[in-house]
Amino acid sequence: MTATLPGQTTPSEETAVTSTLESPTAEAVATGTTPAPVVRRRRGRRAMNLALPVVVFAALIGVWYAITYLVLDPGRRFLMPAPHTLITDALLDPTITEKVWPALGRSIVVTFTGLAIAIVIGMLWAIAMSQSKAVESSLYPYAVALQCIPILALVPLIGFWFGFGFPSRVIVCVMIALFPIVSNTLFGIQSVDRGHHELFTLHKASRLTRLLKLQLPAALPAIFAGFRISAGLSVVGAIVGDLFFKQGEPGLGILLSNFSSRLQGAPLFFTIVVTAALGFAVFFLFGWLSKLVVGSWYDQSRDR
Amino acid sequence: MSAPAPAAPSTATTAPATRVLEFTDVARQFPDGTVALEGVHLTIDRGEFVTVVGPSGCGKSTLLRIASGLDAASAGTARVDAQRIGYVFQDATLLPWRSVKKNVELLAELHGMSKTATNQAALDAIELVGLRGHEKKLPRALSGGMKMRASLARSLTLDPDLFLFDEPFGALDEITRERLNDELIRLFVTKGFGALFITHSVSEAVYMSTRVLVMSGRPGHIVESFQVPFGPDRTPELRFTPEFAKLAGEVSHALREGHS
Ligand SMILES: Nc1ncnc2c1ncn2[C@@H]1O[C@H](COP(=O)(O)OP(=O)(O)OP(=O)(O)O)[C@@H](O)[C@H]1O
Ligand SMILES: [Mg+2]
Repeated sequence: MTATLPGQTTPSEETAVTSTLESPTAEAVATGTTPAPVVRRRRGRRAMNLALPVVVFAALIGVWYAITYLVLDPGRRFLMPAPHTLITDALLDPTITEKVWPALGRSIVVTFTGLAIAIVIGMLWAIAMSQSKAVESSLYPYAVALQCIPILALVPLIGFWFGFGFPSRVIVCVMIALFPIVSNTLFGIQSVDRGHHELFTLHKASRLTRLLKLQLPAALPAIFAGFRISAGLSVVGAIVGDLFFKQGEPGLGILLSNFSSRLQGAPLFFTIVVTAALGFAVFFLFGWLSKLVVGSWYDQSRDR
Repeated sequence: MSAPAPAAPSTATTAPATRVLEFTDVARQFPDGTVALEGVHLTIDRGEFVTVVGPSGCGKSTLLRIASGLDAASAGTARVDAQRIGYVFQDATLLPWRSVKKNVELLAELHGMSKTATNQAALDAIELVGLRGHEKKLPRALSGGMKMRASLARSLTLDPDLFLFDEPFGALDEITRERLNDELIRLFVTKGFGALFITHSVSEAVYMSTRVLVMSGRPGHIVESFQVPFGPDRTPELRFTPEFAKLAGEVSHALREGHS
């Protein structure tokens, strides 16, 4: 399930960080040693934190090369072209990039349009459900259904209903990205502290005031966690729609399908990397936005 | 003091007392059958600081919730004649995304006060509780004592006639607690509100109050009432006088009696 609770990933990371920082200090205090070794050890850990990802990345590239040159025989290397050929045979080949960059642009537009619409619909949906149990039990099943229906099966239908152009691509994107926003916003609104609610009740705050001054701000960390998941999904949505429709202005999905059917290994892998990079970029964009908006006050792991 | 207090500080001592709270035979039974309160009679006037001590679970918080309107009596009448009620919870319940100043302004905002009035009330309240210079800080950057001060300041902006306190200093260390005791007494003397204060500490109860009430275990009712003879200008040394020790001893005794 994609409905990650806010901070679900951070506590473990944070605990790890705090313990690395605190245990040596505690030891130093207990044994009465000077703080110098602590600093050195801390610096050592920090270097490790930087070095390990590099090592892992290098190892993966190494495995990739090994598969290309040791496992596959020369005639079948298009199945897994060596990493450097992605650069030489795709990134530096204008006949490839003149297709990839415009396709990337079109997919970005679909991604962000879909995500924006999903955010608006998803938040309104969740807010409506948060206002009454009756509305919640009438509308929540459809949010879950959205998650359970095999959207891939619906994609061709959407094409027949709405055409094979931009609107249909956006619709697929919205359908895939909607659920995490709905469920996280609802979860965030419903987890507001009881004491805070009583404070607002005591002072006879209206529903709207309560929503604007208490529930939405309190839910922001959860809402942003939802945005982040949906951001990744909306890239998937943009590619999937494209991949299936195979018509209209080509986005990354159509390129993937074309390169794949023509057995163009290097361009295919290059396009996959570009697609993944787009997913990364939107995911981290929302992580950064979340830090910007709620980072100053929200840090579940450190506060308790 | 620039806040235009509707009731001059002297009201508390000279003018005829104004009743802010009157409980007659109040009971509270919860749907699950628990009887939290039974036959509670209680009156509070402006200028009275009434403290309730009692064993855990005897219904003290329930009493406050009924006084505030968050809960209702299931029998008897609970009359509250206060224009504005201040309610300080056990935890500060500050909104973590608002700065100290913005938190203090919250209740004034909820009551629809104008922007300038809200701003002025917040500045005055922050000054009164000694948080000047911390206006921009977020709650996470405050110590427990400072959070409590901010919470107190938030209620002060409304200039309440009736102040309800539910073990506000229970989570604080003794030094901070005693300092806040003194500051609350000072606020009480200048503002002259009526106060209903709950605590587990007999010493705190005797030190703060004009009257101490002892509650029995469940179903809670008031078993004994002590008028506190000390004047408004109390200093920490008071805690070491024989009169103080004697009264505290009597309250403790009543508490044990009610417990059994
Ligand atoms: N909503 C509720 N439903 C059922 N029982 C309740 C409810 N609220 C409180 N009680 C019960 O009523 C009794 C009084 O509760 P209350 O919180 O008023 O006690 P208290 O004197 O404030 O205790 P403490 O000193 O521990 O804060 C308790 O036994 C509690 O379990
Ligand atoms: Mg209580």
